Amino acid sequence: MKGKRLNLWGWFWAIAAMLYFFIPMYGTLDFSLRMKKGVISLLAYETVLADPQFLASFRYSAIMGLITVTISVLIFVPTIYWIYLRLPKARPIVEIITILPFIIPVIVYVFGLIRTFSGPPFQLTLTPFKTDILITAGYIVLSMPYMFRAIDVGMRAIDVRTLTEAAQSLGSNSFQILFDVIFPNLRIAILSGALICFATVIGELILGDFLVRPALGPYMVLVGRSRAYEPAALAIISYTLTWICLGLIQFFSRGGSTQQQLTGR
Amino acid sequence: MGFSCWTGYPTFAIRIHKEINPTEVHGSDYSRAMPSHLNMKSSSRQRRSSSAILDWIGLVPFFAFVLAFLILPSLNLFSGAFKDARGNFTLANINFLTDQYVLKAYAVSLEVSVITSLFGGVFGFLVAYAITIGNTPRWMRSILMTFSGLAANFGGVPLAFAFIATLGRTGFITAILKSICYAGASGTQVCPFNPYDHGFNLYSMYGLVLAYMYFQFPLMVLTITPALEGLKKDWREASENLGATSFQYWRDVAFPILWPSILGATMLLFGSAFGAFATAQALTGGSIYLVTILIGQQIRGDVLGNPNEGYALALGMVVVMAITITAYTILQRQTARWLKV
Repeated sequence: MKGKRLNLWGWFWAIAAMLYFFIPMYGTLDFSLRMKKGVISLLAYETVLADPQFLASFRYSAIMGLITVTISVLIFVPTIYWIYLRLPKARPIVEIITILPFIIPVIVYVFGLIRTFSGPPFQLTLTPFKTDILITAGYIVLSMPYMFRAIDVGMRAIDVRTLTEAAQSLGSNSFQILFDVIFPNLRIAILSGALICFATVIGELILGDFLVRPALGPYMVLVGRSRAYEPAALAIISYTLTWICLGLIQFFSRGGSTQQQLTGR
Repeated sequence: MGFSCWTGYPTFAIRIHKEINPTEVHGSDYSRAMPSHLNMKSSSRQRRSSSAILDWIGLVPFFAFVLAFLILPSLNLFSGAFKDARGNFTLANINFLTDQYVLKAYAVSLEVSVITSLFGGVFGFLVAYAITIGNTPRWMRSILMTFSGLAANFGGVPLAFAFIATLGRTGFITAILKSICYAGASGTQVCPFNPYDHGFNLYSMYGLVLAYMYFQFPLMVLTITPALEGLKKDWREASENLGATSFQYWRDVAFPILWPSILGATMLLFGSAFGAFATAQALTGGSIYLVTILIGQQIRGDVLGNPNEGYALALGMVVVMAITITAYTILQRQTARWLKV
C-alpha cells in the first residue's frame, strides 16, 4: 500500500514537470502556426526564413561560432594536454580560471570588456574587424567552462603519457603527436565541447548586442519588439537547433560518461 | 607555438622523469643519494633546473589569452569601482550602492533569484525524486532527463518568446482561459478566467519568475539526480529493519546526507537567475528593474552620468556571485564524501 502511494506521488510530480516542459513548447508551436487568420500555416516560418536580415545574422553567428570553436579547441587541447603530460599541479589553477565566467555574470563581463577595449591602449572597437576579434575572444571566454570540462574529461580517459612516448619513439615531432595522436583520440570530447561552444555562440545575446554586431541574438530581440508571430517561429527554430546540438552530443558520447551540465542564461 | 619547445626532447629523459617520484626530486636531492650514477646525476639535474620553467611554457598561450580577455577586464572593473572620473582613488562609487534606485534594483534581483531558486529547487527536487526513487517508468525518466538537459540550456531570448506565445496577452493559454465564458445574470458574457483580469501580467515580475522557472527546475533535476541516485538501498532497508517510518528515514537519514547537495544546487540556481539578463530584457523590454538591466542601461549610457558608478554596480554583483559559487563548491564537496560509489 505504501509503495502505491509513493508511486502516485512520483507520478504527480513527473507529470507536472512534463506539463511545464510541454505547454510552453506546444503553445509556442501553436502560436507560430497561426499567422494566417483562421488557418494553420507555415507563413511565420516562411517570413522568417525569407528575411534577408535573418539569413545575414544567422550566417554571421554561425561563422563566428565556427571560428570560436576552432580557436577554442586550438587553445584548450594543447593546454590540457600539456597539463596532463608535464604539469598536473597546474590543473586546479586552470580549472578555477575556467569557472570564472560562471561567477562573473555575462553582462558584467561584457561591461568590463567594453570598458577595457573601447579606449587606448588596446582599442578594439573602432572597425568591424577588430570588434569581431574582441567578440570572438568574448565567446571563447563565455564557452570556456564547457570546453575545458569536455576536453578535461576526454583527456582523463586516455593515457596521455604512454601515447606520447609511443609516438616519440616512433619519431613523431610534437605537432604530429598533437594532431595525429591526441586529437583523433579526443575526437568525441572535442566534438561535444565544440557543439556546446557553437550553441552558446548562436544563442548569445549580450556580446552581440552591446558590441553592436549583426548576430542572431540582437536580431531576435529586434523581431520580438516589432512582430507578433515571427518570434514564436524563431523560438521553435532555436529549440530545434539546441535540440540537434544536444542530440548530437548524446549520440556521440554514448557509453562514455561525458554527462554535460550547463546553466541557463 | 608554446608547446613546441620540447621537440627533440630525448625519450629516455621522460622515462627517468617517470621513474623518479616527482616529490622526491623536488624534496631531497635524489640523485645525490646515488653517487654511482654520476652521469645520470648531472644530466638529470640539468634537466630539472630548466624543466621547472619549461614546464610552465606550455601554458603561456592559455594564460596570455585569459590575462588579456578575462583577468584584465575584471581587474579594470574592480579598480574602476574605486576611482573617480579623473582616476583618483575614492570610495564614493561604493556609496552609490546605497542609492535608493540601486538598492531597489538589488532587491528586485534578489527577490526574483530567491523565489525562483527556492521554488525551482523544491519542484526540481520532487521531480528528481519521482524519476529516481518514485518508481516512475524508465521511459518517463529518460524523457524528463533529456528535457531537463534541453530546458536548462534554453534560456535567453527564445525563452521569453515562448512564454509570450503561451501566456502573453494573446498567448495560447491566455486564449483558452479567456474563451471559458458563460452567460451572466444580466445577459452579458462573463469570462472569469482571463488571467489578465486578475492582476496577472507576463511582462512583470510574476511573468519573469514563471519564465525563469523553465530553466531553474530542470537545472535542479540535473544537479540533484546524481545525489538521489547515490542514496543506497541498504540505508533505507537498515532504517526499516530498525523500525523507522518513511518519514523518520527521510528526516534522520536521507536529508542529512542530501542537505549540502540540495543547498548547493539551490545556490547554483540562485546564481543562474541572479546573473540572467537576456530573458528579462526580451520579456519586459528592460522595464523590470533588475541589476543586470541597470548595468545594461549603464553600458548604453542611458542612465548614470558616471561610468565608475556602473563599475561599483558590477562589483556588487560579482561579490554576490562569488559568495554563492563558493558556498556551492564547499557544499558539493561535503556531499561527495558520502556519495562515492
